[in-house]
Amino acid sequence: MNDLIQNIAISFIMVLILIGALLSLVSTIGLLRLPDVYTRTHAASKASTLGVMMMMFGAFLYFWIVKGHFNAELFLAVLFIFITAPVGAHLITRSAYYYGVEPSKSTSHDDLKETNVDQS
Amino acid sequence: MRKQDNDVILRSMTLVIFFIILTFSFALFFGGHYTPGGGFVGGLMTAAALILIIIAYDMKTLKEAVSIDFKKLLNVGLIFAIGMPFVSMLFGKNFFQHFHTYIDIPVFGKTSLHTAVLFDLGVYLIVVSVTLIIILTIGENE
Repeated sequence: MNDLIQNIAISFIMVLILIGALLSLVSTIGLLRLPDVYTRTHAASKASTLGVMMMMFGAFLYFWIVKGHFNAELFLAVLFIFITAPVGAHLITRSAYYYGVEPSKSTSHDDLKETNVDQS
Repeated sequence: MRKQDNDVILRSMTLVIFFIILTFSFALFFGGHYTPGGGFVGGLMTAAALILIIIAYDMKTLKEAVSIDFKKLLNVGLIFAIGMPFVSMLFGKNFFQHFHTYIDIPVFGKTSLHTAVLFDLGVYLIVVSVTLIIILTIGENE
């Protein structure tokens, strides 16, 4: 019975780590194929954050269930990535916008530009 | 290029993350005897938390929040690192020979108190203050 639970847990961990690696791959493909900075930051921040979080959570569960060692630092790292990676993407995108990086040609509407014109 | 004056997201996230980094650096420092970590890594992470405050706010805010002269803190760390070997000479041991005892503390249970922590505290203070002295002197020279 205990072996069965452990096997189910290990399969779950394998699925977690595989999906995490796959999401990181998807984020890399998005980084290569998308047209401008903003869409690239969108792909890089979202997909790779979730991928890294899933891989870290899989490693955390592996050490907890299989090795019997509750590693609080890995859990904290998941939380930390979850908080910091979107903030980093936001700062990169915003500084790119203020630096004057043009969005791609197929952009139809830019609300931020209009508000900035209104203020100044 | 426009001036960026609205840093709400960065600043409010800094307030949360600063304490996580600080707690983790203390965990690295105190766990250095049994797990990877120690004075050097813990000191670098504490310095990184303080540098994050400089990035999100400015140097005046850091000086108001942490009103410590880091040159004096460097001297305190050096006194810890130099004084520990002489303390072990006072107790009739060799120069730089560490010694430890086991003490029952109510929450932590059986805990070993080791004089290597004092030396490590010196390393920690030196690393924090040297990193911040370097960053502050480079940043202030406008």
